[in-house]
Amino acid sequence: MGERIQLTVNGAQREIEASSDTPLLYALRNDLALKGTRFGCGSGQCGACFVLIDGHPTPACDTPLWSVADKDIVTVEGLGAGGALHPLQTAFVAEQAAQCGYCTSGILISAAALLAKNPRPTEREVREALDRNLCRCGSHNRVVRAVLRAAQE
Amino acid sequence: MNTVAETRLTRPGSLEKNPRLSQWLRVHRDGTVSIYSGKVEIGQGILTALAQIAAEELGIAVERIRMVPADTAVSPDEGVTSGSLSIQDSGAALRRACAQARAVLLASAAARLAVSTRDVQVADGVVRAGGRSTSFWECADEALFDREIDDTAALRSPGDYRVVGKPTPRRDLPDKIAGQPRFIQDMALPGMLYGRIVRPPHNFAGLISLDDSKVKSMPGLAAIVRDGAFVGVLAEREDVAISVQRALRLAASWREADPPPRDVHAWLKEHAAEHRVISEKGNAGARSRATKTLEASFTKPYLSHASIGPSCAIARIDDGKLMVWSHSQGIFNLRRDLALALGMREDAVVVRHVEGAGCYGHNGADDAALDAALLARAAGGRPVQVQWMRDDEFAWAPCGPAMALNLRAALDAHGDIVDWEHELWSNGHSSRPGRGDSPALLAAWHLTSPHERPSAINMPLPAGAADRNAIPIYDFPNQRVVNHYVRAMPVRTSALRSLGAYANVFAIESFMDELAQAAGIDPIAFRLRHLKDPRGRAVMEAAARRAEWSRWKSTEGRGHGIGFARYKNMGAYCAAVAEVEVGRDVRVDRLILAVDVGLVINPDGVINQIEGGAIQSTSWTLKEQVKLGARGIASLGWEDYPILKFSEAPPVEVELASHPELPAVGAGEAAQGPTAAAIANAVAHALGLRVRDLPLTHERIAAAISQST
Repeated sequence: MGERIQLTVNGAQREIEASSDTPLLYALRNDLALKGTRFGCGSGQCGACFVLIDGHPTPACDTPLWSVADKDIVTVEGLGAGGALHPLQTAFVAEQAAQCGYCTSGILISAAALLAKNPRPTEREVREALDRNLCRCGSHNRVVRAVLRAAQE
Repeated sequence: MNTVAETRLTRPGSLEKNPRLSQWLRVHRDGTVSIYSGKVEIGQGILTALAQIAAEELGIAVERIRMVPADTAVSPDEGVTSGSLSIQDSGAALRRACAQARAVLLASAAARLAVSTRDVQVADGVVRAGGRSTSFWECADEALFDREIDDTAALRSPGDYRVVGKPTPRRDLPDKIAGQPRFIQDMALPGMLYGRIVRPPHNFAGLISLDDSKVKSMPGLAAIVRDGAFVGVLAEREDVAISVQRALRLAASWREADPPPRDVHAWLKEHAAEHRVISEKGNAGARSRATKTLEASFTKPYLSHASIGPSCAIARIDDGKLMVWSHSQGIFNLRRDLALALGMREDAVVVRHVEGAGCYGHNGADDAALDAALLARAAGGRPVQVQWMRDDEFAWAPCGPAMALNLRAALDAHGDIVDWEHELWSNGHSSRPGRGDSPALLAAWHLTSPHERPSAINMPLPAGAADRNAIPIYDFPNQRVVNHYVRAMPVRTSALRSLGAYANVFAIESFMDELAQAAGIDPIAFRLRHLKDPRGRAVMEAAARRAEWSRWKSTEGRGHGIGFARYKNMGAYCAAVAEVEVGRDVRVDRLILAVDVGLVINPDGVINQIEGGAIQSTSWTLKEQVKLGARGIASLGWEDYPILKFSEAPPVEVELASHPELPAVGAGEAAQGPTAAAIANAVAHALGLRVRDLPLTHERIAAAISQST
């Protein structure tokens, strides 16, 4: 029913069988069992499904597989080095920076991209970098504190 | 209340319905204890707080506690996780159950050591006497807990607490932050099929035709399920299920439903079915002193839950038994209505709770469970996961009801309120499953033999629903409060965080500021002269102090405001101060909240709930309204239903009162009303004119300015 598609996910070569129009989100979640990237809106407006594609935070829900065949994809599961938590994740735990946690993966992806580009952001820069991510529980300030904390460490 | 008095109470919280000790906990040989609560984690951190309470009374480390997800097969029935009641219901029950379990285990351990319980020392479950030792884990025996819970065991005194009252990290957050599968959306069972429901993203009165010829041969499609106007898709791949759903939506022809009213608030005022005076007191002498009368009308729009993760459920039918995994707030009630809708016996249905995205009331979780069960009937024993799409959630989940309110009050020459009237018009604030003769589940109304759609109802006072917090907490000599209940529902409504309290507190506290201004008195001083309740006075004074209220320097376009309430007039006290800047839009620069929840179980948990509630209320108050069009709800995506962004979220400071001697009450909903009122009052302070219709958008402010000039 599909074709064989090669993807580079979290540094590893993966092959799946799917239609090349399939959104990356479903390939990650269902074919590769990487459930940390989450469905929120299907139109790139909430940030719950953000992954890094060649370092850029990108909604996996409206990114077709054909467009990422030769790209470097990093999901929340691959943020830390060698299976350890990323410093952002450690800071999120320390700051208890979540309520329901559903939007957390996408926020971590945006924050990781920010820190890679700007290791010492101001609070305002953090907030602006996270404006594409929606949080409904109202954990915004804890999240901002956690990102600033990770940047300090 | 002191602990001595509390020990005389029998069967607090949920014990009345679940009186057996074995219903609440099991001790294991590996040194852990399983706690069975009927309350569920919905992002509020309740499992952590309940684990603290259990560990405290058992006298063991909190790490030894395992919280078992609620399951109709094994958990006590504690109704719905709602109303900020889990600490009162489940916490109070667990406190008593665990105290008794400790006494039973100690007696068993002492017998094993052949000594009196007076002669043993116990630490973290290890029991010692005269150089010998045993443990709770060695004594673990299911027969020990096969008994009724009574009030014989002494409860630990709050002064001795070691786990309760300490900031305790949430037990579910490490997984969620590491991106590990934890949510129902992440569950994948062997052989699972992916399901989607084909509903139009608008109201409809029936399905005229469905042409499935174009999709029938789609590779990976397992089945198209149709029962009356209910249509669902089953596929081997999730992306295929979505493609077929979209194609079928376009290929279906729906009978149009009646359009909703253009002016919902005027319509509500014309369609009340019941008029109930919920509070009335009179003092003719005081009324005769009135020198000035004010009147004002307020409105609140329909609000959406707008959780980031749309509703989801998994169901499997095997050998005539239905197993459902759901993020429902009330698994027992859901089980009842599933059985009703499917014509099954209740004991043939098991519902197990799995965490979902943030839940702020009755969203689509229960509906998705019936959707999944209906598709599971066509899945040949395979499990089915149904995931609602974003527009399914916005179009079909119940909304928080729109409300209209009229307030009228009279002042005497000293600036005292001598008369007060409050009228409200609203649909019911609850249409949850498990309460009526007809299933309160969406798909049930669309089947070939449809069930009747129940109307939303209001729970009675003192908690109330539409009228929650409508009776003022202030002391007025004359008052009259009327709840006009509207049964007909142009938009499906049900419970959303704090129910009517959000609008009632917004209106009361806005009006208190209008009266203070008319009396020429500072808004906080004005409130304090009408409030006797010492705990209420204390939180208001604490918020004013933290905000340096009296040292405010007015500048162009900036204002500050206060809002205050005691949730349900019997729960948590909360005073909020907002500082705002009004340019094109309103920007909240700072929120200060002082809160009194009695005994604090997890201080960081309470602060997290208050911060989150305040930010969510800011979002409701500044930005949110469900848009209606000719076909019903027209805000179907985030572009039409914007919520507060990171760069718009104000800093929030929370002050917690310390009252370990007082009963613990919930914190989840306390901030909603006071925050809205504080912002509205700050906007009025900044502008010199008042906006009484929510949300406080640029358009509303511009309209208020043009009306005043």
